[in-house]
Amino acid sequence: MPTDQHEQADERSVVSMRTMEIIVAAAIFAFGAVVAWASWQLGARWGGDGPQAGYFPFYIGVIIAFASLVTLVQAVLGRSANPGEAFVERGQLKLVFAVLGPALVYVLVIQWFGIYLASAIYMAVFMAWLGNYAWWKAVLLGIAVSVSVFMMFEIWFKVPLHKGTFYDPLSLIGY
Amino acid sequence: MFIGVILGVIIGVLPGLGGANGIAILLPLTFTMPPTSAIIMLSCIYWGALFGGAITSILFNIPGEPWSVATTFDGYPMAQQGRAGEALTAAFTSSFIGAFVAVVMITFLAPLVAKFALKFGPPEFFSVYFLTFCSFIGMGKGSPWKTLAAMMLGFALAAVGMDTMTGQLRLNFGFHELMRGFDFLIAVIGLFGIGEILLSMEEGLSFSGGSARIDFKIVIATWKKLPRYWLTSLRSCLIGCWMGITPGGATPASFMSYGVAKRMSPNGAKFGTGQLEGVVAPETAAHAAGTSALLPMLSLGIPGSPTAAVLLGGLLIWGLQPGPLLFVEKKDFVWGLIASMYLGNLAGLIIVLTCVPLFAAILRIPFSIIAPLIIVICAIGAYTVHNAMLDIWFMLGFGVIGYVFKKLDYPMAPMVLALVLGDRAEDSFRQSMLISQGNLSVFFSNWLVGAIMSLGLVMLFWPLVAKLRGR
Repeated sequence: MPTDQHEQADERSVVSMRTMEIIVAAAIFAFGAVVAWASWQLGARWGGDGPQAGYFPFYIGVIIAFASLVTLVQAVLGRSANPGEAFVERGQLKLVFAVLGPALVYVLVIQWFGIYLASAIYMAVFMAWLGNYAWWKAVLLGIAVSVSVFMMFEIWFKVPLHKGTFYDPLSLIGY
Repeated sequence: MFIGVILGVIIGVLPGLGGANGIAILLPLTFTMPPTSAIIMLSCIYWGALFGGAITSILFNIPGEPWSVATTFDGYPMAQQGRAGEALTAAFTSSFIGAFVAVVMITFLAPLVAKFALKFGPPEFFSVYFLTFCSFIGMGKGSPWKTLAAMMLGFALAAVGMDTMTGQLRLNFGFHELMRGFDFLIAVIGLFGIGEILLSMEEGLSFSGGSARIDFKIVIATWKKLPRYWLTSLRSCLIGCWMGITPGGATPASFMSYGVAKRMSPNGAKFGTGQLEGVVAPETAAHAAGTSALLPMLSLGIPGSPTAAVLLGGLLIWGLQPGPLLFVEKKDFVWGLIASMYLGNLAGLIIVLTCVPLFAAILRIPFSIIAPLIIVICAIGAYTVHNAMLDIWFMLGFGVIGYVFKKLDYPMAPMVLALVLGDRAEDSFRQSMLISQGNLSVFFSNWLVGAIMSLGLVMLFWPLVAKLRGR
């Protein structure tokens, strides 16, 4: 799927700006409430030697909850900017997931097989799949990127990067 | 140094990477260098990013940096009329002037501000932090409630992990991996880097643009025209310096300067159609602000811009505590930095003026190569901060948050600011609370702290006041 397809992309709205505002504000509210609650558990009052560990975060949590509540009410009343507009169109969402999906897989592969192999594969797949490049070009560039990253970090800067927890392909060449 | 400038310009040109996350990504690389040369390298990257942001906004109408958005208003029409060279020269020269004025100001004012700051105790420090945060709420253009929520989210994330005063673990919900807390670098890389990629992906961004050629004749011809706009330059410098010191930052400075120039200039009505003046004004102010943002960072430990916030983080990692004592204990470092600013600025000007066609060529690399490359670099950057795999997952999570927040107009800068300053603000707040035994009036106990706090409160309620006055 090439990137320049967006002209004929699906323009149906997936979720409206207003709905998304409400969802996000509610999520932030929940987060604030959790922070406040957890800090209260920890002790948000004045201890014998000064404020307790939860003192500051407790108020932070309260302010988060309050600020998001205002945003939430504004969104519900439809007073936020362009409430009817689409937050994301279906075609756009597809493109976003086309980046996000592989990125998730990429991080998973990093965890298992180390950063170098994962990066090479990721570059190659991204180029070939989304950019419609010839496979050999994509693979070549992927390997080139990985090798230059390897040279820069492991050899010049002596910064070890993540080696796979599952299997480390670099053990083949003694790294 | 030249490497730093070039890296910075590359970062400034790339739309996915800004000064803040560029420095964040490259920060771990400088750990192996001695602090002085590392910070010089980073400030050169900072310069480069400031210069580089203008290139894409003029050539392609894609601002590489938030503060070059105002440059696109007149810069892009100029490029369309085939006056790209002129616009670029004007942009670079005026940014050089803006930055130069700011550096001169730093040279003379930094020791003064530092001396002044030595009088600061915990309540004073908290009041300055308070002013910083309040001015972000007051001057932000979006909903102040969203700014507040984003900022407090930053605070909450900063609070995760070990409590610095009692050593208690908090908000980690039983996960030992969370003991470290969230590092602001991870958040910055995710929010800005990954978030930006997702956003540009959605727009199906395709780069296209003609090659830009600067030959030296245009440079000289433009330079001849520039002195006419000395008044605009001067005004923009003042706006920039003021906005940089009060942490308004380069982005509002550029917009404000553009707006003022449009109102004050005799041919203001033609702004937006490719006026040289419309390029001069925002660029001068953005750079004056970007540079003078370093002043409060060095002398008070308060970053005036998101990029300065990341630089501040860098200083802290090297064990350099920015603030008044830096000027007493690490004299050679401070003056080395200031000297490098003069040189870096000049070097930057020469480099960008000669290399523009080259920079434009970067944008011709298709998005499907640039995008995965940026994600790979982000992942590496996130990993190297703590050598922790979990951080890469967090980065991805922050990326999604950044994408959603940007679409809903939640500002990112206050969140990062709070994430960086959160612990320190909390410490100074609690220390002053300890001094006063829990009495809030400590923040109005003398004229200095009282004045700063009141200014902060004014900033905080500014949107409300402006609304009332508008009626």
